[in-house]
Amino acid sequence: MGKIVLKSVRKSFGEVHVIPSVDLTIENGEFVVFVGPSGCGKSTLLRLIAGLEDTSAGTIEIDGKDATMLPPAKRGLAMVFQSYALYPHMTVRKNIMFPLKMAGMDIESAIKKADAAAKVLNLTSYMERKPGQLSGGQRQRVAIGRAIVREPAAFLFDEPLSNLDAALRGNMRLEITELHQTLKTTMVYVTHDQVEAMTMADKIVVLQAGNIEQVGSPLDLYNHPANAFVAGFIGSPRMNLLTGADAAADGATTIGVRPEHLDISTTAGKWKGMVSVAELLGSDTYLHVNVEGHGTMTVRGGGDIAVRHGDTVYLTPQAGKVHRFGADGKNLV
Amino acid sequence: MARTVTPQRKLFFTLAAWLVALLIFFPVLWTILTSFKTEASAVASPPELFSADWTLQNYSDVWARSDYPRFFLNSVIIAVGSTLLGLLIAIPAAWSMAFVPGKKTKDLLMWMLSTKMMPSAAVLIPMYLIFQRTGLFDTRIGLVLALMLMNLPVIIWMLYTYFKEIPSEILEAARMDGASLKNEVLYILTPMAIPGIASTMLLNIILAWNEAFWTITLTTVDAAPLSAFIASFSAPQGLFYAKLSAASTMAIAPILIMGWFGQKQLVRGLTFGAVK
Repeated sequence: MGKIVLKSVRKSFGEVHVIPSVDLTIENGEFVVFVGPSGCGKSTLLRLIAGLEDTSAGTIEIDGKDATMLPPAKRGLAMVFQSYALYPHMTVRKNIMFPLKMAGMDIESAIKKADAAAKVLNLTSYMERKPGQLSGGQRQRVAIGRAIVREPAAFLFDEPLSNLDAALRGNMRLEITELHQTLKTTMVYVTHDQVEAMTMADKIVVLQAGNIEQVGSPLDLYNHPANAFVAGFIGSPRMNLLTGADAAADGATTIGVRPEHLDISTTAGKWKGMVSVAELLGSDTYLHVNVEGHGTMTVRGGGDIAVRHGDTVYLTPQAGKVHRFGADGKNLV
Repeated sequence: MARTVTPQRKLFFTLAAWLVALLIFFPVLWTILTSFKTEASAVASPPELFSADWTLQNYSDVWARSDYPRFFLNSVIIAVGSTLLGLLIAIPAAWSMAFVPGKKTKDLLMWMLSTKMMPSAAVLIPMYLIFQRTGLFDTRIGLVLALMLMNLPVIIWMLYTYFKEIPSEILEAARMDGASLKNEVLYILTPMAIPGIASTMLLNIILAWNEAFWTITLTTVDAAPLSAFIASFSAPQGLFYAKLSAASTMAIAPILIMGWFGQKQLVRGLTFGAVK
């Protein structure tokens, strides 16, 4: 079990209301990702669930029980930190065994469990090493191992991959997703990287200034953003957001078109512009086009597109792919 | 641009460093050398650094005249006792200041440090009277308490500096792993801060060992440590420099040896946190 329910949860630091009021339900076994820009309160929300911060108001229920006032250890949750937070004076085995030792488990059973977790995480040959003798990826796996052995109701991840290099981050992303599929335990994952959010989550929670902007599946958020903020935040490269006469012509204050939903032509189209940068990725080419009256727009073209810096191009949005937003930023469906 | 270090420059600074070190160590060296002279050559004019007639007589006289082992034992008990008791109080105090600071924590730390700047003589009479009336006068426990209280601000400050260097996420991880406050301090904080605790301990033993004002004022016979042992050689028959030097050497030798072997730890402790 691992259902987490937040009811009107508030967090204030003095006069600063970091989380004004949040209501959220995380179902048992879900992989939920909190995503948002720096300072949006996603880590604070995770720490409130963990019990590392006290709520200013509201309740947090874990598996139907009010856990608001419970200390972290009594909530049945395990957390993986950004900095790994391994105990540097203990070996890998002792690090993994530590939660079991605290739970009063006998040494033999604890060793068996730690070894089993190490096998799952490919750490068997590093058990006698200290964290300082491990690579970043191995350290992160030890941190996950320490979390697994507790058999928690839910795992909490606080930007666990942000200290790793790009290649390792990709591998670890897969490993954590596979782990979720194996364990089928609730996972709450904080990241500012929306690629991580899109690829790992069952459900994404987009936060801004402590408020939930939208909750939904990755594709739901991508295809049907609730407002201009979510539209601009989800998707890489970002959605092109345009205001003015073109938006008014569509009966909106702002319109949005994703880079892959713009057709490129060298002869005719809706918007004329000049290519300022062409990013050649092999499979794709991202063109940054200075469009008269709208500034820079990003377009995704094929890897073999024959357009380069300084060329004049015409851009046309694909039919039915334009998102319309009102004056309050909300999607005009 | 990196500063170039020429061989001449290196030689100059090496010689300067040795000269300064010698100047600082000279009184101790003089004391040790004098302890091996006769009383006549100890007061010779002009003073002579090295005597022609070396003798161990001063040491045998000092040993015969006073109960050195008792003074030594008192010093050990007072220095180690006050340091251990201080650590027992300072570890939780520094923990709370480093990891759950209040609005006034910084003020409190400054105030604690400011008490070290108060001249001891200012509280001589109240301290003397308190010790007499509570039966702590000339007792080891009395001196352990007095020196512990006196050095507590330094112990807390040093440990606070160490604890601040320990990432709070590690302690939070321990909390998530089910560690109680006691286990968090016992299994995580203390082992991680062992180098800091060791150098704090070392420095405070040295401070307590060398303390003379209170140890002489608040003792007569039973609890008198080595500082009182030295003082006893400056009265009433007059000053016997060679014997006084022998007594001083016997008093400082243990801490000098301890300081020598612990200097690496001590320097690390005193400069901890100064550079990343």
